[in-house]
Amino acid sequence: MTALDVRAPDATRHRRATRLARLLHPGAWWLWAAGLAVAASRMTNPLLLLLIVAVAGYVVAARRSPSPWARSFAVFLKLGLIVIAIRVVFQAIVAAPIGTTVIFTLPALTLPEIMAGVRLGGPVTLESMVAALYDGMRLATILICVGAANSLASPARLLKAVPAALYEFGLSVVVAVTFAPQLVADLDRVRTARRLRGRSVGGVRGTAAVALPVLEGALERSVTLAAAMDSRGYGRQAERTPLARHATAAALLSALVFVVIGAYALLDASAPAALGLPMLALGFALGIAGFALAGRRSVRTRYRPDPWSWPEWGVALCGVATGATLIAMSISGVPGLIAPVDPLGWPAVPPLAVAGILISVLPAVIAPPAPGLRVRAEVSE
Amino acid sequence: MTPVIEFASVTITYPGAERPALAHVDLDIGEGELVLVVGQTGSGKTTLLRAINGLVPHFTGGTLAGSVRVAGRDTSTHRPRDLADVVGIVPQDPLSSFVTDTVEEELAYGMECLGVPASTMRRRVEETLDLLGLADVRDRALLSLSGGQRQRVAIGAVLTAHPRVLVLDEPTSALDPGAAEEVLAVLQRLVHDLGITVVLAEHRLERVLEYADRVIYVPGDARPLVVGTPAEVMQASPVAPPVVRLGRLAEWTPLPLSVRDARRQARDLRERLRQRPGRAHRTVSAEPVVTVERTRASYGPVPALRGVTLDIAKGEIVALMGRNGAGKSTLLSTLVGLRRPDAGTVRIDGVDPATLTGPRLIGRIGLVPQDSTDLLQRDSVAAECADADRDAGVEPGSTAALLARIAPEIPGDAHPRDLSEGQRLVLALAVVLVATPAVLLLDEPTRGLDYPTKERLSDLLRDLAASGHAIVVATHDVELAAETATRVVVLAEGEVVADGPTAEVVVGSPLFAPQVAKVLVGPDGGDVPLTVTEVRQALAVSG
Repeated sequence: MTALDVRAPDATRHRRATRLARLLHPGAWWLWAAGLAVAASRMTNPLLLLLIVAVAGYVVAARRSPSPWARSFAVFLKLGLIVIAIRVVFQAIVAAPIGTTVIFTLPALTLPEIMAGVRLGGPVTLESMVAALYDGMRLATILICVGAANSLASPARLLKAVPAALYEFGLSVVVAVTFAPQLVADLDRVRTARRLRGRSVGGVRGTAAVALPVLEGALERSVTLAAAMDSRGYGRQAERTPLARHATAAALLSALVFVVIGAYALLDASAPAALGLPMLALGFALGIAGFALAGRRSVRTRYRPDPWSWPEWGVALCGVATGATLIAMSISGVPGLIAPVDPLGWPAVPPLAVAGILISVLPAVIAPPAPGLRVRAEVSE
Repeated sequence: MTPVIEFASVTITYPGAERPALAHVDLDIGEGELVLVVGQTGSGKTTLLRAINGLVPHFTGGTLAGSVRVAGRDTSTHRPRDLADVVGIVPQDPLSSFVTDTVEEELAYGMECLGVPASTMRRRVEETLDLLGLADVRDRALLSLSGGQRQRVAIGAVLTAHPRVLVLDEPTSALDPGAAEEVLAVLQRLVHDLGITVVLAEHRLERVLEYADRVIYVPGDARPLVVGTPAEVMQASPVAPPVVRLGRLAEWTPLPLSVRDARRQARDLRERLRQRPGRAHRTVSAEPVVTVERTRASYGPVPALRGVTLDIAKGEIVALMGRNGAGKSTLLSTLVGLRRPDAGTVRIDGVDPATLTGPRLIGRIGLVPQDSTDLLQRDSVAAECADADRDAGVEPGSTAALLARIAPEIPGDAHPRDLSEGQRLVLALAVVLVATPAVLLLDEPTRGLDYPTKERLSDLLRDLAASGHAIVVATHDVELAAETATRVVVLAEGEVVADGPTAEVVVGSPLFAPQVAKVLVGPDGGDVPLTVTEVRQALAVSG
């Protein structure tokens, strides 16, 4: 029996014969989600933000992966609501009010001069509440986009797809993720042991007494793991010249600088737009060169790498198109992206923005169906 | 036969050690051999194994004089990672060596490090999944696997690199008899079909001796190794499985190494033992000190105990057996009040243990957990003893006195981590016993213990039972159960499936029968001795 038989379950039978169920390359999903998140970052229009959430939610429902991570979307939705609540409460207590429609007045407290005379409490206006709500929604939507990517392709899978030079980083995350449950188990064992000796497990002394053996255990385990990894060939390297090493470092470092500048210019609407794209492009180019250089050092190969074919292109391009449309609209000052707050008004619905966002619903069809029930049933055991 | 592993006058000394761990070792191991390394705890078995792929001294520090060559590569110039394609090493606890999170990824990890081309990797993973019977769990998270499956994944993970040598450190010590047989069957297949050289260390010789081509006995204290065929080494080895000790007692030649060999020579002995007096049933007081009634417990939706009913009286030693995950540990933690049962009642001395804490708890029931180091948290034996006195509210010095009685050789200033496995267990026992609990529970106490230490433990448990403690031992070790238990309770799927005097429960069972019983049981079944000691006593009586 080949792996193909296992991975492609009965779901294919119900579809047209050519659609083979498989997991999309995680990079495609993260690019798509990044496009949506960038779009969300350019607006405070609640209707458009809700549309983005709806698009993300629909695609997740249609194409989420069978891993346990897939259930995390609901968590991110709740997290979004919490973010909105915090933003609104914060606005009511700390920030200066906008507008004049006072809803109610909180008892005010002005902090002394040394603390910059910050005012707490005071009148709370409808305008500032609505503005906070919109701003909170924007943050929440960005968060939900990340959540969508998370449930479509787990971060662990994304890390496996990172270039060879970043491999160590990915590995340490995977190791940390598997360590966590073992730490919890250790903690449990030590607490059990304390009870078995008739001692208290709560309180400061109890906690301190538990921490040391748990840390000792973790240390011992990491030494064992290091030995195991070394015995299995981890860290085998090809020969490299010092020149290659320096070139790699220089390329990666300058790439990082350019990308940061470019991203800042692109995301901050007040920065010169001409600066953004070229800087970003230069940064990425340098980055790719650096990774290619660094990757030469490693002899490792990759087991069953996720393929990148036309559905991946399709999904990624949809996200990019959404992001690009909204960036272009916001740079050229098309009205409607920012909802009117002072004076309050019903937000407009610019058709171009709606179209731009709706492009991103296409991945629900473009992406192949996720494989599944067999794997899903086992994971949830 | 060309040697694939060559040790040439190897002496290994750890930093700060007065004596070398191994001295002047000369050893050749040929292609396709299955070599068993035996010896007492702390004798240097693990050092020998880890020297094969250079973990000693590259990883552990210390010095290695002489040379170790594997497939022509010298470990002094090749680090473990440079030997990864010729030596696969499986450490004691497979879980601690896993790098990735799913079975398939783990099998591929070593090959990825070695730079094996993707298509070859794919083929080897599929082959290995089939070879080790892991195809059904290929997508599963490693944490969700059973002990036997984990061990097989750990073997598969090094096997995919196509090493010429496979090194295993106690591969079956944590496994129930069934899972151990799975793993051993796999190893045999590797030796027979693929010609891989296997070097393994194991304490439970009864499980592996019959498969070995050669045995290396490591006497410890840097004395010279004894190398030879299993029969040669077993003639004199102080670590020997029951079947060998039975053979020595009955003076059989050639010395039997497996139950099958022994049965052929056992007819006479069987006849002589037929006339022995029936087993004297030890009388136990009728009054139960532990009562468990229709107890149920579960982890989320997974039931762990399904209505267990059990009474245990003073003076009984109950062996709790059953495969991994059968509910043994859950039952123990319910008994000691660590978890409340979902339904049913648990009473120790008439009290619900979950309501007890501090001295009132440990004065009634004590548990020595699987890893006895869990109980020991101080940096010296003396401090540990002083703590135990305080915990139990007894006179200072009581624990030290108790320890001096049961294990006089343990120095008070030693760090518990530096003690041998057996010494640590005894220290943990002393710490628990000083509170004079009516009920003593032990979870898998013989993991990593050699035969002499196990014998001492058995003696100690029998003494404790005779002085009125009720003892429950959860164990996979059928020989320990045969040596000590007055009663065996077998759990399966959270239910009691067998409960009765040891002899009645174990003799008929293919998995739980001790070797001596397997050798001596006649075609008509009946009352047979379970241990070498019993045979010796019976022969002494009948003359």
